[in-house]
Amino acid sequence: MAVVFEPTKGLTDKPFHYCPGCCHGIIHRLVAETLVDNDALETAVGVASVGCTYNSYEYIACDMVQAAHGRAPAVATGIKRNLKDSFVFTYQGDGDLASIGTAEIVHAAARSENITVIFVNNAVYGMTSGQMAPTTLVGQVTTTSPWGRDPSYQGYPINVSEFLSNLAGAAYVERVCVTDYKNIQNAKRAIQKAFNVQKNKLGFSLVEVLSTCPTNWGKEPLAAMDWLKENMEKQYPLGCYKGADITFDADGKYVSGAIPATSNNCVNVGEVKK
Amino acid sequence: MAKGKLTFNENLCKGCGLCVAACPKKILELDKTRLNSKGYHPATCVNPDECIGCAFCATQCPDVVITVERF
Ligand SMILES: Cc1ncc(C[n+]2csc(CCOP(=O)(O)OP(=O)(O)O)c2C)c(N)n1
Ligand code: SF4
Ligand code: SF4
Ligand code: SF4
Ligand SMILES: [Mg+2]
Repeated sequence: MAVVFEPTKGLTDKPFHYCPGCCHGIIHRLVAETLVDNDALETAVGVASVGCTYNSYEYIACDMVQAAHGRAPAVATGIKRNLKDSFVFTYQGDGDLASIGTAEIVHAAARSENITVIFVNNAVYGMTSGQMAPTTLVGQVTTTSPWGRDPSYQGYPINVSEFLSNLAGAAYVERVCVTDYKNIQNAKRAIQKAFNVQKNKLGFSLVEVLSTCPTNWGKEPLAAMDWLKENMEKQYPLGCYKGADITFDADGKYVSGAIPATSNNCVNVGEVKK
Repeated sequence: MAKGKLTFNENLCKGCGLCVAACPKKILELDKTRLNSKGYHPATCVNPDECIGCAFCATQCPDVVITVERF
């Protein structure tokens, strides 16, 4: 008898406080499993943000700090520049990253800061009870867009992965989801790739994970998964927006692919500095 | 065909039903006759002999309730 799935050591014993069916739990687990897979639990540093996951530091079993709203990339920058051998990541919602934290994320990517951002996009401000976020879809009903988001009044959604991938400093940017087994495996692959990008000092990496907020969407967990597939994936197509051709060998060492040519942490194309 | 064995950390279950929908053998249900310590109807396997140990259920569970063994 072989164990094919068991709780990862990368999570603490504390039960998640998230609502039933909320994808945050799945995404926490994928991050935690990646830390364990890479033997990085003792050295990694995570930066929690503001949102439902403000206390993700209680769940992910590595060292973590909590940043003020939107400031996680700036805090992670300071940590990474001092602990160059530690895997440093932020865990941020869409309200946190794409609204109050827009300046921090843009400049962290532009500097090609050698950090990894786990960006959880559920198209609302979850924690504060479902207000419209920059990522809210056109027509989507939220507590602050009760007649549906109207672009003529409230503007258009921001496609974070697309716009960050245009910055020269962004090494790797991919959008994934966790709606089913195949997509969960794919999300895990993407998080591992981001880990490798950082380990090889290739520069800024971001994995955007489309996520559900059953509570504030007013939907059952399963219906929320279906709504994500039918609506969010149209506005936010899955796929790799930067660094698709970056490859690593079996030991996670950089082999090939276009990477940012210069940045304070990075390397010349084709040659990985130790 | 491989056989699976499930263990539920039942009091962590929030009765979200994602595992129920994820199971290719359709052998998981929320037990409407019981409540766990959180007050949810916990997920349970109604036909353990049919389980193939694919772990689709455990992979989908947001609350890390299910452990899967295969033999
Ligand atoms: C400076 C500041 N402004 C506003 C808030 C209120 N606030 C708390 S969480 C949040 C938005 C969270 O949304 P998101 O980042 O999408 O996370 P989610 O809960 O959806 O995962 C806001 C505006 C705050 N805590 N601090
Ligand atoms: S409010 Fe939304 S994002 Fe927050 S825990 Fe509940 S379902 Fe998840
Ligand atoms: S391991 Fe596979 S077959 Fe068994 S209950 Fe889970 S999903 Fe169903
Ligand atoms: S997915 Fe997990 S929390 Fe949801 S019903 Fe199944 S066992 Fe319970
Ligand atoms: Mg959000």
